[in-house]
Amino acid sequence: MPRTIVEKLWDSHVVYERAGAPALLHIDLHLVHEVTSPQAFQGLRERGLRVRRPDLTLATADHSIPTTDRSLPIADEIAAKQLAQLEANCAEFGIRCLGIRSDWQGVVHIVGPELGLTQPGMTVVCGDSHTATHGAFGALAFGIGTSEVEQVLASQCLLQRKSKTFQVQVDGALRPGVAAKDIILALIARIGVGGGTGSIFEYTGSGIGALSMEERMTVCNMSIEGGARAGLIAPDDTTFQYLSGRPHAPKGAAWDAALERWKQLPTDEGAVYDRSVPIDAGALEPMITYGTNPGMGLPVGAPLPDPAQISDPQERESVAKALKYMGLEGGKPLLGHAIDVVFIGSCTNGRISDLRAAAGVLKGRKVSPKVRVLVVPGSQEVKRQAIAEGLPEVFRAAGCEWREPGCSMCIAMNGDQLAPGEYSVSTSNRNFEGRQGKGGRTFLASPLTAAASAITGVVTDVRTVL
Amino acid sequence: MNPFTNFQSRVVPLALNNIDTDQIIPARFLKTTSKQGLDAQLFCDWRYDAQGNPNPDFVLNQPRARGAQVLLAGGNFGCGSSREHAPWALTQFGFRAVIGTSFADIFRQNALKNSLLPIAISADAHAELLAAVEADPDAMVAIDLPRQTLTLPGGRKVEFAVDEFSKHCLVNGVDELGYILQQQAAIEAFEAEHPAAINTLG
Repeated sequence: MPRTIVEKLWDSHVVYERAGAPALLHIDLHLVHEVTSPQAFQGLRERGLRVRRPDLTLATADHSIPTTDRSLPIADEIAAKQLAQLEANCAEFGIRCLGIRSDWQGVVHIVGPELGLTQPGMTVVCGDSHTATHGAFGALAFGIGTSEVEQVLASQCLLQRKSKTFQVQVDGALRPGVAAKDIILALIARIGVGGGTGSIFEYTGSGIGALSMEERMTVCNMSIEGGARAGLIAPDDTTFQYLSGRPHAPKGAAWDAALERWKQLPTDEGAVYDRSVPIDAGALEPMITYGTNPGMGLPVGAPLPDPAQISDPQERESVAKALKYMGLEGGKPLLGHAIDVVFIGSCTNGRISDLRAAAGVLKGRKVSPKVRVLVVPGSQEVKRQAIAEGLPEVFRAAGCEWREPGCSMCIAMNGDQLAPGEYSVSTSNRNFEGRQGKGGRTFLASPLTAAASAITGVVTDVRTVL
Repeated sequence: MNPFTNFQSRVVPLALNNIDTDQIIPARFLKTTSKQGLDAQLFCDWRYDAQGNPNPDFVLNQPRARGAQVLLAGGNFGCGSSREHAPWALTQFGFRAVIGTSFADIFRQNALKNSLLPIAISADAHAELLAAVEADPDAMVAIDLPRQTLTLPGGRKVEFAVDEFSKHCLVNGVDELGYILQQQAAIEAFEAEHPAAINTLG
């Protein structure tokens, strides 16, 4: 019987299954960070357990780490303690930790792929909902809670129930000024933040095949914002080329054998999905969110929804509440709305191609004097690449802050945050109330739109400045 | 884990759709390395004003919330991050069940592991319950997990779904990790047949 890639990945990882209980799945790569792991390590200690497979586990410091000068002590004592705890836990349990002094430190979903640890056919978990990023490689990758982190540390396995399969068929070519971020923002705007609940997205079609690996990671990254715990893309030559030569990618005969296995992964002809949604990439425009969840998005030039025109009472209340928090008026355009901050970075858009895209817009220009612009590379490796290409000079000359790698203002745990009432255009993944700082107001967009808006100081259609 | 027993309770209505984990507990409180002390941070940015004073309009600050063990949410409750701090904060405040029309996947799993029962009910049962608790802050619901029923204030019994395994773990106070570790032989057999593709240490 023809199978989808999700079914193939599932079948090849079932360790144990009995009626009336979820299946026990083996995990090929477990990524760990400082925020969702301390209580899991403490649980191991209390039970007298060890980490079963430190060789399949990797930790990095990203969420609460400062993005300022790393030679200085960490000003936030609580964050400093949490970061020290991660290093102590990793030392105690024999896990490699890409800590604050590591040359490979970075956002967890950026370092896994760049090290070649994320590979097709794997199961990947992390105590972080953006773990779906790794699905770009044809891996089954999803976020887990801290109890599950403890379970995976102890057993390298996880109890899982099968999800439904949800095909997102993207055809056509993106037009200039439209980015991978706009594909995923458009999907979420269409299906809503709960649209993919209980499902795993498989992104298919010529519009996905044409994307680079970094663009595919941007798309898969925000699967959770559509409610899906995982989202993935079948591996192809683009995947194999990206992986070839990475530090942990297979070499020589092992590479050839891996390639043979990986080529068996794509969904079989005739396999059936539980649900499918088509997206015409050629018709997409630059997208931006206006509200307080990522499903509240629209083409950058479109007028804001007017609650008075919404017939469903719950939807009307929800949009009205969001507009009130955001200080916006229904029916008016968002284009031209003044902003205070631009944040370029995160596991969604903190890779080298994102920085290149932003730098391409900013080169030879100045950002608006009214706007603070933070550029935060996703990892030390991204930072090295950017330096080699002269990007920090472009950003600094334009008036941006060039910072150290971390999650930064995406989650605002480390002091990088909006002040109450401030507006940002952010390349990150969440616009929930207070997400980027208490009272802060977030417009999510692509690096192109963020860079264009940085120049003008208002929400801008990048196509007008290209 | 303590066994989940049947109970009756007043209900705290917060019937908005898409309540995300950043509202349940804002990220700035996730720098803790403990599971404890999170009850004061539950819904912090809705519960307190800029000076840290309780916002009297927010339902958790009203007398009806005192001692209540059931939160009535809307749809897609717990969307957003995977932080288990969300169910930790809810249970530390005193909640033992959240009722809604649907739940985000990761939140549902995290809740079940912390003896917090997510109860998804139909839109019409939800509307009936919301109307009843808005009319009477002391209106009670009864939750019977073995029978999988929720009794609304008017006496209507509503069945809810919970998978067999989670129910067994909740009712008997079974810890999932203990169950997983019993499958040691199967794990060893699987690993022997499936050599690792990577070595993070090497």
